[in-house]
Amino acid sequence: MRLSLEARERPARIMTWASPLLAAVGSVIGVSILFAALGRPPLTALYVLFVAPLETLDGLAELALKATPLLLCAIGIAIGCRAEVWNIGAEGQFTVGAICGGGVALALGGGGAWWLLPLMILAGIAGGMAWAGIAAFLKTRFNAHEILTTLMLTYISIQLLGYLVHGPWQDPDGHSFPQTKQFEDDALLPMLIEGTRLHVGALFALAAVPFGSILLGRTMMGFRIRTVGAAPAAARYAGFSRNGVVWFCLLLSGGMAGLAGICEVAGPDGQLTPVISPGYGFAAIIVAFLGRLNPVGILFSSALMALLYLGGEGLQVSMQLPIAVTGTVQGMLLFFLLGADVLINYRVRLRPARAVAGVARHA
Amino acid sequence: MHEVEIAVAIAVATLRAATPLMLAGFGELITERSGVLNLGVEGMMLMGASVGFIGTVATGSPILGLLLAMLAGAALALVFGVLTLSLMANQVATGLALTIFGVGFSALVGVNWVGTPLQGLSTDIWPSLSTAPPMVQQLMLLDPLVWVAVLLPFVVQWFIYRTRAGMILRAVGESSDVAHALGYSVLRIRYFAVLFGGAMSGLAGAYLSLAYSPMWSENMVAGRGWIALALVVFSTWKPLWLALGSLLFGFVTIAQFQAEGLGLALSPHLLAMLPYIATIVVLVLISRDATRLKLNAPAALGRPFHATA
Amino acid sequence: MPPRLRLTGITKRYAATLANSDVNLTIGPGEIHALLGENGAGKSTLVKIIYGFVRPDSGEIAWEGEPVQIPDPNAARKLGVGMVFQHFSLFESLTVAENIALGLGATETIAELTKRIEEISRRYGLAVTPTRHVHHLSVGERQRVEIVRCLLQSPRLLIMDEPTSVLTPQEAEGLFDVLRRLSSEGCSVLYISHKLEEIKALCERATVLRGGRVVGHCDPRISSEQQMAEMMIGGALPVAHRTSALHEGAPCLQIERLSLPADEPFGTNLRDISLTLRDGEILGVAGVAGNGQKEILAVLSGERLSPDAGSVRVCGTAAGHLGPTARRRLGLAFIPEERIGRGAVGEFSLTENGLLTAYGSGFVRGGLIRFGAIAQYARDIIKRFVVKAAGIEARGSSLSGGNMQKFIVGREMGTNPRVLLAAHPTWGVDIGAAIAIRQALMDLAAAGSGVLVVSEDLAELFEISDKIAVLFHGRLSVPKPTNETSIEEVGLLMGGGTEAGASPVVAHAA
Repeated sequence: MRLSLEARERPARIMTWASPLLAAVGSVIGVSILFAALGRPPLTALYVLFVAPLETLDGLAELALKATPLLLCAIGIAIGCRAEVWNIGAEGQFTVGAICGGGVALALGGGGAWWLLPLMILAGIAGGMAWAGIAAFLKTRFNAHEILTTLMLTYISIQLLGYLVHGPWQDPDGHSFPQTKQFEDDALLPMLIEGTRLHVGALFALAAVPFGSILLGRTMMGFRIRTVGAAPAAARYAGFSRNGVVWFCLLLSGGMAGLAGICEVAGPDGQLTPVISPGYGFAAIIVAFLGRLNPVGILFSSALMALLYLGGEGLQVSMQLPIAVTGTVQGMLLFFLLGADVLINYRVRLRPARAVAGVARHA
Repeated sequence: MHEVEIAVAIAVATLRAATPLMLAGFGELITERSGVLNLGVEGMMLMGASVGFIGTVATGSPILGLLLAMLAGAALALVFGVLTLSLMANQVATGLALTIFGVGFSALVGVNWVGTPLQGLSTDIWPSLSTAPPMVQQLMLLDPLVWVAVLLPFVVQWFIYRTRAGMILRAVGESSDVAHALGYSVLRIRYFAVLFGGAMSGLAGAYLSLAYSPMWSENMVAGRGWIALALVVFSTWKPLWLALGSLLFGFVTIAQFQAEGLGLALSPHLLAMLPYIATIVVLVLISRDATRLKLNAPAALGRPFHATA
Repeated sequence: MPPRLRLTGITKRYAATLANSDVNLTIGPGEIHALLGENGAGKSTLVKIIYGFVRPDSGEIAWEGEPVQIPDPNAARKLGVGMVFQHFSLFESLTVAENIALGLGATETIAELTKRIEEISRRYGLAVTPTRHVHHLSVGERQRVEIVRCLLQSPRLLIMDEPTSVLTPQEAEGLFDVLRRLSSEGCSVLYISHKLEEIKALCERATVLRGGRVVGHCDPRISSEQQMAEMMIGGALPVAHRTSALHEGAPCLQIERLSLPADEPFGTNLRDISLTLRDGEILGVAGVAGNGQKEILAVLSGERLSPDAGSVRVCGTAAGHLGPTARRRLGLAFIPEERIGRGAVGEFSLTENGLLTAYGSGFVRGGLIRFGAIAQYARDIIKRFVVKAAGIEARGSSLSGGNMQKFIVGREMGTNPRVLLAAHPTWGVDIGAAIAIRQALMDLAAAGSGVLVVSEDLAELFEISDKIAVLFHGRLSVPKPTNETSIEEVGLLMGGGTEAGASPVVAHAA
């Protein structure tokens, strides 16, 4: 007997939801094996990873805090993916958003003006949009693939940030640490819950969910996006401009990543440092797929991914495991999901083993 | 005389910097020629870098280390193969997952080896080193993997255009359906190509951690996997062009040293942007002619294949 | 002598459908045997079983009297089964010799093979050049490469799947000569086609399939086309009626001296094309695929813009610079050749597929989609064109080719276009649906709209068109009234014949 795949007549709707669960189960098993291999008791480690962070209010606030940039980046990425516009440089747009917004804070902070924070946020969004806009321009004008350009732009943005905090923007009183001054109080986002670090950026992220849902499901723009992604020839036939969709998706996702970037530095960080993101922009790609490129699904998957970050930090503290565990588990989760997704369009059949190749005569 | 010495030094440095791009690039070129787009080169290189390093330190044998690195790259490629070939997952998404996983897992595996010293690959493969003139000595001091990379374009060129296996590879990359109709096992051929690509990426990563800068640190591949991918596009899937592109990039990568040599005081951060900017420029130049790209690209690139039987 | 091939009780079931049910088929040595049936009747499954792509669930295969199993195409080839596919199994980027080498799986060098190719090609009068790249070849040449590849293996059964759908009538005659010669040398031929007049001319026996079962046998030399068609569809053949006479309306679609280089690799350059379509008229454009059909349709639909706005006029308005949306607003509608992936999106519901081109007709307000209205529109199409679907929420990919096409035709007609472009409107559609679609096209013309039909099916063009023009190498012949031309004349033009004014280059003195 051997396993074979048989195409379903139509995709199994139930599998659309069952497959992430299956992937989660697979990942838990994979992670347990990983912990055992690292010589840690798997059950305890799983507890630290998945449960412990949820036991306190502070933990929940931290969860929301970490989910905020993931959610913002992932919804933008997902909308792009629906059009097969692969913005995998959200990390770079996040960084440039933080630089632009942070630059406004450094230049104009301390005056107590009411418009400072809105201006920072706008600058952050504009920075992310501009950075992604480069990729959109290169794609629509020169046909350069956005996967590579957005990624290269990410490497460039990280060097740019490094240059700024080591050079012109370095805090003169910072004992030559590579960092900027702390932002003034009027350049910091207000807190949502006293005593935690959760700031109003979380509200932007929450608002992004219905925004994304309505955009994709109810508007003509969303229909265009989905058509360009599902059948480019049909989009051309219908008269939907692919270039327009590429611009829209990249500017939107760039702007959302830029918003996430400025919220991060005007929220918990309060200054620019060489490393402002533990890979949110890349993890958001996993979040987007895990959430089935669907804004509501992404709400849940971003929470799960935030939990992995928190749990990973917990593992580092209480079990002396390297922080790299987080990335490993994230990658594993995505592997399992991509593998389980086959069940949506195919069913697994047991078949008798094939006869040996060649002509078997049984005269 | 001085200029000649500098030229030789630059040539040697260029070759060394081009080697990882060539090794990974040719692996990916073969993979893509079979019609599979594996965006996980960066992740596979990182696995090769960490496993190769650890293997060499642990066993004391660089040969074993290199072999282990190739195995590690191939193992990751196997995961990619199972997901995209057998389970027909989206190749772009799976390739990204491979890189994300590779970044994390290589860091996890190598966490205790950061800062461990290593001597690097032995370079005395030539017998009469001391009697040669100094400039020739410089060339002879290049490690063996550089020579492998120098030969690779010609070997791959011969394989793709002159052998029956190469012809079948091109055929599968153009139309999996037709190849299947003619009775070729599309999946088996693609698995081979993907595994080869993984092994070569692993080797390229190991070159970085064993020879280029003998040490292991997190994320040390620093985007070279992605640059190799861009170079494959740049080459329009032609081996000799890939070699040329790699050398060009090797040259740009060492701009930092050149700038220092010329006495330019630029921020290292700005200089470090150069290869990435160059990648974008090259991509723009090559992609502008969409028709030419389409003409040369393996027609089945990125499309999943499911035998309807 | 035992029969070359005998199938007994072949049954093959896919998830929900019984593709073949207890099929028996016997082909004698040297016999040219026709396999008849509508789309979905089970012909292709049966052929796949004979050629080793598909293994039957039950049933026996006997080759020259001996029971055999055919697990894969290599085994079939070893037995002596050769197959020429409907969609050629050639690699564009490889040379003819390389392609043949790949098909043979042999170990001889390309040079040795080249010699053998030239020999076979001389013997059967099948002109091929081994060193050329396939992408340079015309469809006719490609087919010859396929046939040469089969002949190099000295087949004893040759399967031809819809071989003439891409040939001019004259090329088809040449193919028949080769097949008759093979038959006289003892090679059996299994011939699959829906062109009944060809089957009458070529085949000596026929097996008719319907719904996966054998429903009858006949001798095509004796049975009439009508009888065979009725066996295929299992009932009386409906007839389409032309409801209006010819009349000269105002021009609704014009192309003037349009030349445009191809924008795709291996595409066709359009050369100095002029054409006028009038209200109430059906203009047929004949031609072998790859002679500029795709290109001329793209430039008419607006998917490709022309450099000179005035070179394309829709209802009198210069439209060469307008995209598809703007041209639709002028009254143009378009039924494209590919259904899933172009005319419709497989993953979308029928409602969404309705929106695909109708969005300009009041179904969007303030950027938001009016789902209720568009659902009603989809429901109306399903009702009016008798589309078999599980409802408006059914996905495009769940419909059969014919039903999807009926939906697309309905959607394009639903906006009351003044000009309709239809590319291969009935290709691959079952007979009933094809007649319904032709009727709809004729009704639209009768109501006063202009219809441009691009098709490879000459019989269809002659049935519905008022005028016929021929595309060859990117040039369009001067349209001729259908009753003043003949299939032979059109066939000659399709093959590049220059008589009867195929090159209207001097027609305009600009």
